[in-house]
Amino acid sequence: MPVLVYAENTEGKFKKSVFEAVSYARAIADQNNTSLTAISIGNVDAGILNELAKYGADKILNVANDQLKNFVNQAYASVIASAAKSEGSDVVVISNSFSGRGLAPRVAVKLEAGLADGTVALPEQNNGKFTVKKTAFSGKAFATIELTSANKIITLTPNSYQVTEKPTGATAQDFSVEPKESDFRAVLKEIAKAAGKISLPDAEIVVSGGRGLKGPENWHLVEDLATELGAATACSKPVSDAGWRPHEEHVGQTGIAVSPNLYIAIGISGAIQHLAGISSSKVIVVINKDAEAPFFKVADYGIVGDAFDVVPKLIEAVKAFKASV
Amino acid sequence: MKILVCISNVPDTTTKITFTANNTQFNPAGVQFIINPYDEIALARAIELTDGGNGSVTVIHVGEAANEPTIRKALAIGATDAVRVNAPAHDAYFVAVQIAAYARENQFDLILTGRESIDYNGSKVAAMVGELLDIPSVSIIKKLDVDGNSATVEREIEGGKELLTIPFPFVAGTTEGVAEPKIPNMRGIMSARTKPLTVVEPVTVQNNSEVLSYETPAPRGQVKMVAADDAAKLIYLLHTEAKVI
Ligand SMILES: Cc1cc2nc3c(=O)[nH]c(=O)nc-3n(C[C@H](O)[C@H](O)[C@H](O)COP(=O)(O)OP(=O)(O)OC[C@H]3O[C@@H](n4cnc5c(N)ncnc54)[C@H](O)[C@@H]3O)c2cc1C
Ligand SMILES: Nc1ncnc2c1ncn2[C@@H]1O[C@H](COP(=O)(O)O)[C@@H](O)[C@H]1O
Repeated sequence: MPVLVYAENTEGKFKKSVFEAVSYARAIADQNNTSLTAISIGNVDAGILNELAKYGADKILNVANDQLKNFVNQAYASVIASAAKSEGSDVVVISNSFSGRGLAPRVAVKLEAGLADGTVALPEQNNGKFTVKKTAFSGKAFATIELTSANKIITLTPNSYQVTEKPTGATAQDFSVEPKESDFRAVLKEIAKAAGKISLPDAEIVVSGGRGLKGPENWHLVEDLATELGAATACSKPVSDAGWRPHEEHVGQTGIAVSPNLYIAIGISGAIQHLAGISSSKVIVVINKDAEAPFFKVADYGIVGDAFDVVPKLIEAVKAFKASV
Repeated sequence: MKILVCISNVPDTTTKITFTANNTQFNPAGVQFIINPYDEIALARAIELTDGGNGSVTVIHVGEAANEPTIRKALAIGATDAVRVNAPAHDAYFVAVQIAAYARENQFDLILTGRESIDYNGSKVAAMVGELLDIPSVSIIKKLDVDGNSATVEREIEGGKELLTIPFPFVAGTTEGVAEPKIPNMRGIMSARTKPLTVVEPVTVQNNSEVLSYETPAPRGQVKMVAADDAAKLIYLLHTEAKVI
């Protein structure tokens, strides 16, 4: 019974988090000596679809149906559930993206499956028990969950599983579906994307600013450092509450949870609610003028200093580093 | 307009999380419980949308009697009435089945949840309720405007947003931007005591997940300090030692 993985496309391309999900699903298939089927919905070119074979998909299903060109969670959930049924899949893997969060619970209900959301490691399968580890209490803890149903849905946290190549040579084949009219009650009117910006949930490096930066007019420090590092920008809650930055940049317990490889906090005190959203970052750098700031207790690297002196120097140092490699 | 707002009862955001019974249970000792912050946003928007007698706002909570202060707080903020499903919230699926069962009997135009509960963080209940009722769901919305028999919502996506129009009834999970949380006033607090709080018994659910244990993240090693005038050293360490750039 093949594992099924949903390969979400973004404007016809696959992001790294999709390859992570495919690699992760491949490893689950290997645990069970079974094969892996990937499914893509929407307009994706054959050459791009076939990239899924590189990470271990034995079969690539392509749903190219004009009605399904744009994401509608209700309709996509029907397609994925029907693919799981026709493939006989009892494990379905979905990326824990914004769309994935709207999709996976619907697929779970359709398949009467237990859903482990936001997992951070491969499942363990011992004596017929299927357990998965996920974040809980907004990153303040992990929970180990047993999925007791025959069917299981797992959503994988981006940046928590290594992309692993395992080429199969599979090529995409069409999977045809007859979408139900009633699945399209929600109608997409408009998509607005900030051009050229790295999106925060996907970013491998995040540069984040707090109230210590004094005002929006100083945000060029955060932005310039982010640009040099190829990073996304983020902020603390009071910064977005004050309107210095948009709400979607606010990280923490009541904002977005991120797990980048590198999180650089500038002028942020390190309140427990802020840490909740960033504690699974692999490496944390803190720049704060107060040596007693709580953030230093959870940092890997720290600089005690005035952001207005330190950050320009850091930007120069990154430029020099880039010129040297 | 009839709105149902789903409320979860969560540890205050400043809580340091600890566990008991061999790390199998959350330790509630000394913990202050609050309305999930995102649910406060949903509640505030529901009250705005029904302002001036234009409909009603029912809050529903799946949980034990000990959680009633949280429900009363929602009534004090301005909900019309409340329902408590008398059972511990086993998991998101259990909760969703209870909410869907109540909504099926009582027909709402709009069902609002928070984007996620800050304890289990699933972002699951909204979409599960939508699927159980076979109506549309949007899990994370930043804006909600009503226009006759439908609403326009702004859905959060990576690096941007989508605008959707959805006919009632549907389910949506709210996040910042939808409304500012409301603080109860004295009149609200007084009237909350007399507003109806109905207790209903749960419907049977075949559970499909169990929490086996919890753990707290491994502590990080000692922080390595770098001098403020030695930015190049930090970059060097991030490259050679941490290997993240
Ligand atoms: C219900 C609730 C939910 C919350 N959720 C969140 C959340 O999700 N995310 C979040 O971030 N917060 C959240 N908070 C707020 C949180 O408690 C803190 O108030 C907030 O994180 C502080 O933001 P800050 O560090 O930017 O500001 P401050 O605490 O004011 O810290 C500013 C820091 O900058 C330093 N500084 C000042 N000047 C300079 C300079 N020139 N150079 C370098 N450093 C300087 C100071 O030493 C200080 O440490 C929440 C609070 C509540 C009550
Ligand atoms: N026990 C509960 N009772 C009522 N509503 C709940 C309960 N748990 C969660 N919810 C709602 O579902 C939303 C999402 O929760 P979750 O899926 O756990 O992240 C919350 O913001 C609440 O609106």
